Amino acid sequence: MSLLELKNVYKIYGELHALDDVNLKVEKGEWVSIMGPSGSGKSTMMNIIGCMDKPTKGEVLLDGVDISKQSKKNLTAIRRDKIGLIFQQFHLVNYLTAVENVMLAQYYHSIPDEKEALEALERVGLADRAKHLPSQLSGGEQQRVCVARALINYPEIILADEPTGNLDEANEEIVVDLFNKLHQDGTTLIVVTHDPEVAEVAQRKIVLRSGKITKVEENRNFTGKIRFDD
Amino acid sequence: MVVALLSIAIGATILSGLVSIYYDVPRQMGAEFRNYGANVIFTASGDSFTVSDINDAAAIFDSGDIVGTAPFRYENVRINEKPIVAAGTDPEGVKKTSPYWRITGQWLEGSGELLVGANVADTFRLKEGDFIDVYYTPEGSQSADENGERVVVEDNIKSFTVVGILDTGGKEEDYVYMTLADIEELTQADKGRADIAELSVSLSADELADVVDKINAQVSTVHASLVKRVTASEATVLTKLQALVLLVTVVVLALTMICVATTMTAVVAERRKEIGLRKAIGASDTSIIKEFMGESMLLGLFGGILGSVLGFVFAQQVSINVFSSSISFRPLLVPVTVLISMAVTGLSSLMPIRSATYVDPALVLKGE
Ligand SMILES: Nc1ncnc2c1ncn2[C@@H]1O[C@H](COP(=O)(O)OP(=O)(O)O)[C@@H](O)[C@H]1O
Ligand SMILES: [Mg+2]
Repeated sequence: MSLLELKNVYKIYGELHALDDVNLKVEKGEWVSIMGPSGSGKSTMMNIIGCMDKPTKGEVLLDGVDISKQSKKNLTAIRRDKIGLIFQQFHLVNYLTAVENVMLAQYYHSIPDEKEALEALERVGLADRAKHLPSQLSGGEQQRVCVARALINYPEIILADEPTGNLDEANEEIVVDLFNKLHQDGTTLIVVTHDPEVAEVAQRKIVLRSGKITKVEENRNFTGKIRFDD
Repeated sequence: MVVALLSIAIGATILSGLVSIYYDVPRQMGAEFRNYGANVIFTASGDSFTVSDINDAAAIFDSGDIVGTAPFRYENVRINEKPIVAAGTDPEGVKKTSPYWRITGQWLEGSGELLVGANVADTFRLKEGDFIDVYYTPEGSQSADENGERVVVEDNIKSFTVVGILDTGGKEEDYVYMTLADIEELTQADKGRADIAELSVSLSADELADVVDKINAQVSTVHASLVKRVTASEATVLTKLQALVLLVTVVVLALTMICVATTMTAVVAERRKEIGLRKAIGASDTSIIKEFMGESMLLGLFGGILGSVLGFVFAQQVSINVFSSSISFRPLLVPVTVLISMAVTGLSSLMPIRSATYVDPALVLKGE
């Protein structure tokens, strides 16, 4: 059984089909990237997989559970237990330090554990920035805090919606390296990106256009390392 | 947040301040009203009574409640051959029962001194420092000759120094005042007699009525009565004042609630992204409500503590400026104020906090 399966999924806003009969399977431990022009439905799909939205029609099976039929309350619990989210705009709580931001995810999941949170920051190379506020961190550092926050509760899937959209190449590489580490640890990754270089790293690349999957590309020489053209 | 804290603190200040004043007002007002004169009158239930009867009756009050007692004895005397009423009294007592008496010159203090009503002073062109003889005709010393013409013999005469001129705006301006000892010396009769006594007692109208009934039952020589005009108006003013205090408190509480609700709405709106993020990483509606409720309770707690302290200072200032006396600190008022301000804050935060649970993480976390 696949970890995630979308069956004939539609998301319809009035006349607009943001998702139009999407079918997709993602296996456990797989690293998938999603590309597509702006407005093609990438975020809509991620929100549905991330239990923050429901499809208009269709089934979304996560670990065998149809999340399109769950109550809001159950979706919150599923999101808390199985999903790690990473956003383009980082979304850190601005009055909490890096380590406190990581501990916030622990707090809602189970109980905050500062030692474990510090270890997570160490994994993303930010042990020395633990007591800094988001405003005292660079964009790349903030996104690494977000990665630490997303991985802290050992989620089944990490969903990243344009995680490198606000980063320079150096930080892009750092984040992709972190994804590779997560991948090696067996975490399932779905990464939405505009950036072909980031998309190429994944094991499978999916292209969305007007709410439909128009292209699926397997990466035959997967290394987990980013390659810059120039 | 600071605005909300401030508004809660101000609300709590007014609340605890006004409640302090509310409870102290009866005492304050009682003391204040004592400036408007006596509220209890003793008269003889028989033909006459004495100063010791008056003291017996006054002893039925708690001595701490009595502001002053002034016995009066009235006699018809003559000055420059004109009849006039002289009153003997206890100057210290009158000072207390009639603080509104305005004196030009000195207060009556001892023997040989005369306090002259303003009208009397006009009639005889008397001023402070003048010497004057007061004539008294003892009973039975008056006779008539065979033509029916009045013949005055054996008048008692006493010399006085005018120490002050008395302004009251009332009948007192037609009298002259001397000590009880002097009027007894002048009349050479009825030692210890008094005609009336005025008392100023700081008790509420109801309490006064009780003691007055007791006096009438226990002291046969004295008939005690309330000065209705004073006690009744005191009660009316009190009721009105307390109603006003209550009204102001309710209005201030309502304003505080509106202010807190507005601020919390703004706080929730301002933190929509954060709320969305918290939900995205797994916060349930309950935990969002708990967090914001906690913040609002904390706000109520600090506002309430601040308000209790400021409220006492505020009430103290009002009391000193309006009633020129200090109020007592009520320790119970602190927890009560803090609890009320927490309840008010919590209540007015309910709606804004509920709106926090409607935040859709997918919407607020989306793009720029
Ligand atoms: N809440 C919404 N209401 C109406 N239309 C929406 C809503 N969310 C997304 N859309 C529309 O759905 C389409 C897909 O949006 P989105 O998934 O955000 O695109 P992408 O992330 O690929 O840029 C867009 O045309 C967008 O305008
Ligand atoms: Mg998008």
